[in-house]
Amino acid sequence: MAYSIDELARMDSIIKRYPRSRSAIMPLLHYVQSLAGYVNNEGIELIAQLLSLEAAEVSAVASFYTQYKRTPVGEYHVGVCTNTLCAVMGGDAIFAGLKEHLGVENDGVTSDGKVSLEHIECNAACDYAPVVMANWEFYDNQTVQSAKDLVDSMRTANPIPPTRGPDTLVTWKEASAVLAGINDGKAHEGIQAGAPTLLGLKISKEEKR
Amino acid sequence: MTTTEILEMITVVIDGFEVSVPKGTLVIRAAEQLGIQIPRFCDHPLLEPVGACRQCLVDIEINGRAFPKPQASCTIPVEPGMIIKTQLTSDVADKAQKGVMELLLINHPLDCPVCDKGGECPLQNQAMSTGRSESRFSGTKRSFEKPVSISSQVLLDRERCVLCARCTRFSDQIASDPFITLNERGALQQVGIYENAPFKSYFSGNTVQICPVGALTGTSYRFRARPFDLVSTPSACEHCASGCDMRTDVRRGKTLRRLAGDDASVNEEWNCDKGRWAFKYVTAIDRLKHPLVRNDAGVLVEASWPEALAVAAQGLKANASAVLVGGRATYEDAYGYSKFARIALNTNDIDFRSRLSSDEEREFLASHVVGSTTTYRDIDRADHVLLVGFEPEEESPIVFLRLNKQSRKRALKVTAIASKLSIGVEKLKGDFVKTAPGQEAIAITRQVLSAKSVILVGERACESAGALSAVAALADTTGAKIAWIPRRAGERGALQAGAIAHLLPGARLVSDVAAREDIAAFWGVDSLPSTPGRSSDEIIAAVHSGAIGALVVGGVDPLDGAHIPESLAALEKAFVVALEIAPSEVTMRADVVLPVAAITEKSGSFLNWEGRARSFDAAVLDSLNRSDLRILSMIAQEMGAAINFSTVTAAAREIATLGTWDGARASMTPVSAPDMPVLAAHEFILNSWRRLLDLGTLQKGEENLAGTARQTIAVISPKRAQIMEVVDGDLLKISTAQGSVTLAALVEDIHDDAIWAPRNSRGSQLLVHLGVGHGAVVRVTKI
Amino acid sequence: MKLVPVLSAHWDEKDSFTIQAYTRHDGYKASQKALAMEPDALIQLVKDSGLRGRGGAGFPTGMKWGFIPQGDNKEHYLVVNADESEPGTCKDTPLMMANPHVLIEGCIIAAHAIRAKTAFIYIRGELTHVVRRVNQAIEDAYKAGHLGKGIEIILHVGAGAYICGEETALLDSLEGFRGQPRLRPPFPAIAGLYGMPTVVNNVESIASVPAIVLHGAEWYQSMGTEKSKGTTMYSLSGHVKNPGQFEAPLGITLRELLELAGGVREGHRLKFWTPGGSSTPIFTDAHLDIPLDYEGVAAAGSMLGTKALQIFDETTSIIRAVLRWTEFYKHESCGKCTPCREGTWWLVQILRDLDAGVGTEEDLNKLLDICDNIAGRSFCALADGAVAPIISSLKYFRQEYLDQLANKGPLFDPDESTLFAPAKVGA
Repeated sequence: MAYSIDELARMDSIIKRYPRSRSAIMPLLHYVQSLAGYVNNEGIELIAQLLSLEAAEVSAVASFYTQYKRTPVGEYHVGVCTNTLCAVMGGDAIFAGLKEHLGVENDGVTSDGKVSLEHIECNAACDYAPVVMANWEFYDNQTVQSAKDLVDSMRTANPIPPTRGPDTLVTWKEASAVLAGINDGKAHEGIQAGAPTLLGLKISKEEKR
Repeated sequence: MTTTEILEMITVVIDGFEVSVPKGTLVIRAAEQLGIQIPRFCDHPLLEPVGACRQCLVDIEINGRAFPKPQASCTIPVEPGMIIKTQLTSDVADKAQKGVMELLLINHPLDCPVCDKGGECPLQNQAMSTGRSESRFSGTKRSFEKPVSISSQVLLDRERCVLCARCTRFSDQIASDPFITLNERGALQQVGIYENAPFKSYFSGNTVQICPVGALTGTSYRFRARPFDLVSTPSACEHCASGCDMRTDVRRGKTLRRLAGDDASVNEEWNCDKGRWAFKYVTAIDRLKHPLVRNDAGVLVEASWPEALAVAAQGLKANASAVLVGGRATYEDAYGYSKFARIALNTNDIDFRSRLSSDEEREFLASHVVGSTTTYRDIDRADHVLLVGFEPEEESPIVFLRLNKQSRKRALKVTAIASKLSIGVEKLKGDFVKTAPGQEAIAITRQVLSAKSVILVGERACESAGALSAVAALADTTGAKIAWIPRRAGERGALQAGAIAHLLPGARLVSDVAAREDIAAFWGVDSLPSTPGRSSDEIIAAVHSGAIGALVVGGVDPLDGAHIPESLAALEKAFVVALEIAPSEVTMRADVVLPVAAITEKSGSFLNWEGRARSFDAAVLDSLNRSDLRILSMIAQEMGAAINFSTVTAAAREIATLGTWDGARASMTPVSAPDMPVLAAHEFILNSWRRLLDLGTLQKGEENLAGTARQTIAVISPKRAQIMEVVDGDLLKISTAQGSVTLAALVEDIHDDAIWAPRNSRGSQLLVHLGVGHGAVVRVTKI
Repeated sequence: MKLVPVLSAHWDEKDSFTIQAYTRHDGYKASQKALAMEPDALIQLVKDSGLRGRGGAGFPTGMKWGFIPQGDNKEHYLVVNADESEPGTCKDTPLMMANPHVLIEGCIIAAHAIRAKTAFIYIRGELTHVVRRVNQAIEDAYKAGHLGKGIEIILHVGAGAYICGEETALLDSLEGFRGQPRLRPPFPAIAGLYGMPTVVNNVESIASVPAIVLHGAEWYQSMGTEKSKGTTMYSLSGHVKNPGQFEAPLGITLRELLELAGGVREGHRLKFWTPGGSSTPIFTDAHLDIPLDYEGVAAAGSMLGTKALQIFDETTSIIRAVLRWTEFYKHESCGKCTPCREGTWWLVQILRDLDAGVGTEEDLNKLLDICDNIAGRSFCALADGAVAPIISSLKYFRQEYLDQLANKGPLFDPDESTLFAPAKVGA
């Protein structure tokens, strides 16, 4: 098995978070995804072994959740919200634009392995519609052009930073580690809230004044 | 049981009819009591309710308060004051059911004409009763590759699947083999295996049987028959002592499939894959069709029945004779051999134990097993189950399922005295008392049991001197119940029938004058032989010493026993009358060979390990083959010592009339355990058992079944592996003076002094190649 | 004063998510007070406050806590449902981003009340930065000694499954299974996580507790309407001039909220809206004055839900909107039960045809009949949500469906609905 002692220790600490070990399946899947870029068979078999389960039980869980990828995705995984509100507000146009611009279909990966594309469901940022996610960081109020600029920046040197997120966009693997519950020390980066989040508060303060 | 359980009854009204059912009964089953059939797919009485298919929706109100929505009757227990309206009296329930049926069918392929399930399909049937005549769906159906093989013996057609999860729930809840799972989600949800791990469960066939559609089908049965062309006969399983109720389906004289039958007190509705799929041996092997007699040139030639019977009778009359009968004989046949030995041969030299055995075992069987009444119910109620020389999942799978049920239901404490932690015991979450092979007696003595405990003793316990004595002592002091669980289906019956040297039928001791007289009178003979009989090992020795000159051998495989070379030589030396279904190591050495009926061709019964009769009729009706019993009767007639069995039924009636002896019972002289041998660096003590799926004769001809057998490996402990610098997969050569086998190593939880290998698997036929099975010191080298 | 920021009171401070900022505004004083109280007194306090579940169903929070058996010698668990996924819903996410400590403090109080030693926060997985903020906040709360002295919090991150917002599916997911709903009974209060008594509460419900403890039940129930007490987050999105979060006492109307948000997009008018996410039947401009509390919305034939007010103007095709929602439910159906799994598969196909202008009036009746065979026939409420937009859209916009069929094609230009529509003109 190609896992280092540190990695195995990390997995052990994930298991120890929980009163019952099976609960650790999901963070462990995020974690093996952070190592391989996707949930590979080695990861599934190791998790099964660590939790005394059959591999079938682990893969059954992995296949239920859309964030676990069973094939490699790009270094930057781009999700365009095409649920009703975002779609109407421009998500459909953005998704169509990106497909054309990147030359990939839904769930496709660019040939350089940098960017993968997926249309996603509502991501709880409707007041910032239309929303694009990259490695599950927010890119608010996107247009077709801004989304194209974003993926271009990913394929060159410096990805454009998220609207509400850390100062720089982390990679897919790094983001997966965060989702496995590993603190990357970036919680303090970025704004505390965007303007729409603060709108009611602002109006209320103005009313008081 | 002496205490009567008082059930709280609840009265409800279903479609206007009152019915009283025990508290906890589900609405769907209360309706069944009234003969009201509510359609269903996911519901199964032996699985946890899941409420997934939604086919069984009914309207319910309790004390005047109606549920706002129709409820799944398979998930709701009855409550006092419930008024239930099914599809028969509620338009809402009727529409709900029709709506669900329509939805179930939108993605179902229209391939009933080529589907194995067609004609016996719950979906097909209920679509007729509950569906619309025409579909309103005109869209695109979901499509999957079809079928995919999820093991060598099970095919999966995901298009037909209605996702009731019976199969996955069975595998998880009943078999504890979660190798198949629901995968993906939503409309793409599908049953499947993990890509690198096929559905290698010993119980996988049950999923085929309980699948309410044609999604799971047996590879061997695919496209073989339509259900309405099959003739079904209730039968019993001949593969082990669990005693499964079965159904055998035959078309034009050929068995095409076997299914688990329903018997709540024994196998519930399950069986193992061997019982389900290993039936081709009857046709796969080259059956004997005519009697054979060895001519003056020493060649076996075809003979007429009268000629063969005459030669047999003559040879048996001319010699001191003994009987060796295999453990697969039916109860009636074993009774026939028993009576034949005593009357026609005037001897007590008879032994059904055509395997490793001991005198200690013979005493144990006579003193603690014959007539014993331990049952599955005792397992259900036990506070603690002790396993001795017994690996339930491999050696009596339904006992395993029963233990597993209690383990899951109420964390039944199971303790295994064994050298190696087995997969089965792990699944039972059993305590593993790690014991060096041969030292079991000491470990048994240390166990703490109560009168509510049950000791399950495998036939292998006889291979460890002192173990059975320790079991007997433990049971005697604690009041724990003993259940002896042999591997073969006929052994318990043969014991009851007196097909053993010191017992007459019905637990009567040969040494007991009153018992002998009782049987003699019953059989209408003046007297019965009083000389104590010989065991199978002693019979072989007596042939070599010249004390015995002739043998009647029925259903024995000499390669199953100890001292194989001696046994084969004895068969060469003696005058042998063989009763067999196919040419064998015995028939090729016999002087007279008499073909007999296979199990599907005759009626009869087995006594399972409980001593419970499992009777069956001939599934193949037009066979000309006769049962052993009938042929023995003809030989006896020819010998002038009639035993008078015209039919199996007559024999069964005779046995029933005879009953069990209430006179003197045998006692047991304890045997003590041997000292632990001193092992050299490369020496191990051998531990082995037969796996469920292996090279057993009755599994011949079924390659799909063989494809799910467990890997042949040799197991050693981590400590020994480290010393020998062995890792998983390295080749280990195990040798004795007689020979050797070479197997891939697996490092697992096993006693440091022990090495485990399967007893009769491909590449590992220990009795043939090593001449030993359990407890012998073997030399192991890494190669 | 229409708006009363309580939860959101200090979100405009740049470091609002830090423990320093939180303590600056009386953070962790409520838990200090609560831990000195008898658990039963706390439950009573929350009952008295009138706080109701903010996850959608509106079940009284204090009563839910009160269902946990007392003195049963079992582990109890608190589980926070932070799996915010209902389309249109975007309140818990900014809350956790801007002030995760109020959630942690709420957990400490609630855990104490229900006699739980362990609380889980189940956050949906598509929120990397929210996970960072909450994880860091938990670490800081441990360092500050608020956690680890009798109450532990375990952060659990989901992985993309709307159904895990259903509380029993969430529990299965948390136990390491596929997130499919469980049979009820037993209810989580009796046998929840690991079979133990468990309370599952929404983020906003738990986050509302510290203020109640600090300021008292009377203060809380002085806000809101007769049966819907306190303040809550209203989230306006879509075709409004200024979308965003508005914290107001329960009972405010959309007309009032729209005024605060600058009205519907310039030059356009309201066509339809959801009161509480896509699973709540839609409303039209006829419903502008309905009080947005649990009773008011229910009386008008919908549900308050998550107060996710998605606003659509007259450029939006109702059929396209409904199709998208239906596709969402199809994608998110867990697959367990037939009506939802197969029904959403079928509904999408019919709606795609209708969106393309293919079909007859009979298809509309068929659509409604299929909805009737799905709603209330499924295992959980997901499918009820799935048919809500369809049924309600046919109730208010049947003519548009017919017009589209008559037109044999879409009646609306999707470009006109976009945020960047003006820029697109002539482009």
